[in-house]
Amino acid sequence: MCLAIPARVIAVTPLGRAVVELAGVRKTISTALLDHVDVDDYVIVHVGYALTRLDAQEARETLALMERGAGVVGP
Amino acid sequence: MKYIDEFRDGGIAHRIAARLADESDPGRSYRFMEFCGGHTHAIARYGVPDLLPANVRMIHGPGCPVCVLPIGRIDMAIELALKHHAIVCTYADTVRVPASHDLSLMRAKARGGDIRMVYAVDEALAVAREQPEREVVFFAIGFETTTPPTAFAIRTAAAEDLRNFSVLCSHVLTPPAITAIVDASPDPASHAVELDGFVGPAHVSTVIGSDPYARFARDYGKPVVIAGFEPLDVMQAILMLVRQVNEGRAEVENEFTRAVTPQGNRIAQELMDEVFELRESFEWRGLGSIPHSALRIRARYARFDAERRFGLAYRTVPDHRACDCASILRGQKRPTDCKLFGTVCTPETPMGSCMVSSEGACAAHYTYGRHGDDAQRGAA
Ligand code: SF4
Repeated sequence: MCLAIPARVIAVTPLGRAVVELAGVRKTISTALLDHVDVDDYVIVHVGYALTRLDAQEARETLALMERGAGVVGP
Repeated sequence: MKYIDEFRDGGIAHRIAARLADESDPGRSYRFMEFCGGHTHAIARYGVPDLLPANVRMIHGPGCPVCVLPIGRIDMAIELALKHHAIVCTYADTVRVPASHDLSLMRAKARGGDIRMVYAVDEALAVAREQPEREVVFFAIGFETTTPPTAFAIRTAAAEDLRNFSVLCSHVLTPPAITAIVDASPDPASHAVELDGFVGPAHVSTVIGSDPYARFARDYGKPVVIAGFEPLDVMQAILMLVRQVNEGRAEVENEFTRAVTPQGNRIAQELMDEVFELRESFEWRGLGSIPHSALRIRARYARFDAERRFGLAYRTVPDHRACDCASILRGQKRPTDCKLFGTVCTPETPMGSCMVSSEGACAAHYTYGRHGDDAQRGAA
C-alpha cells in the first residue's frame, strides 16, 4: 500500500482536489496537504492524497550525478 | 513516463554497480538496512542484490505498515465489526492479516461483518454520509504517509459534524522504530543485527523531512541516505552509504532531493499535530512495545476516537508459533529462514503479516526473489 508513482496534474478542481493522470489512468485526488498545485505539476500520490510536488531541476541534477558517478548530493 | 523511466535505466544501473564494485573495500562487509517496505519491494522486484558486490548486504527493516500491526490491533477492528456491528473501512492489505481465532478481517466479513476495503479515507467518510444510521469506523494504519490524510478526514468530520464516523487509530512513527533497532544493536544478548547504515524512507521523508534522522548519524554514528523508490535511487543511495562508511563519515544525505526537503511538508505536520498526540507506548509486531512510537487522537477530537467511543481495550496476542516475522522485522532472519516460507505460507494463504502485502519481506521475496536465494546465501 506504500507504493506510489509520480502522477501529472491535468486539472485543478475547486475544494482542494485535482485530477491526475497515472500511467494513462485518470484519478481525482486531494491536494489538501499542498499549498498549491498547477496543471502539469508532478505530484507523489499516496492513498488518494498528494504528498509533495516533484522538483524537475533536482531530478535532472540527481540523474546527472548518477550518470557521472559523482553521487554527492546535499542534504 | 516522466520521473519513472529515467530512474529505471539499466545502463546507468550497471554503471553505478561498477562504481560500487570499484569503491567497496573487499576487506570489509557492509550491512545496510532499508527501513521502508517500498524499498524492500523495489530491491526484490528489480533484482538489486544481484548488482551488489558480495560484501554489500541489504537487510529488510520494519517499515511495512501491515507487517508491524500486532494481532491485538486487528482483533479490535474485528470486534468493531462483529460485536458492535460497525461498518469497518480499511486499506486493502489490512484485511488479509491473520488475527486471533483463525480470523482475519476478510474472514470476519465472511461471518457477516461489514468490512470494506478503501483506497482513500475519503471513501470511509462518504460511507458515513450515505448511511447516517450506521456506525462507520476507519481502521487507520500506516506511518507518517497515511497519517496526514487520516488527520484531514477527522477534521473534515468535525467540520461537518458527522456523528457516526470514528477512527481506530493505529498510526505509527518511523524515527522511534529506527531508534528501537539501533538501541538493540550493542547488546549481544539481544541477537540484534549489526548495521553500518540505513537507506531512509522515500515517502515518509516527504512528510517529515530529512532533519529527524540527524540523531542517528550524530548520536549513533549510523549514516542515513534518504532514497527514492526507483531502482537507480536505491543503487545510488547504497553507493553513497558505502562512501560514507569508507570515509568514516556518519551523516544524513538525501538522494531524493526531487521530493524531500530538510523540513518536509509543514501543512501535513501541522495537521497531524492538531489531531494526534503521542501514545505513551505502542506494541509493534516483532519490535515489542516502543515508547512514544505511535499516535492517538487528541481529547478535543475524542468523539472520533473509536477506542473511546466503543470502549475497546488492547490485548497482547502472541504470533503464530512457527512464524518468523518478528525476527525478520528486526532484520535478524531472512524469509527463507522460516520453515513455512513458500510451503504452508504463501501470499494466497499468509500465516504471518510479512507475507500479506507486496512490501512485506516474505511476500516480496516470494514474488520476485526466489531465484536469487542461493547467490544471496553464499554472500552472507
Ligand atoms: S514465511 Fe510466513 S510464516 Fe514464515 S515468517 Fe514469513 S510470514 Fe511468517
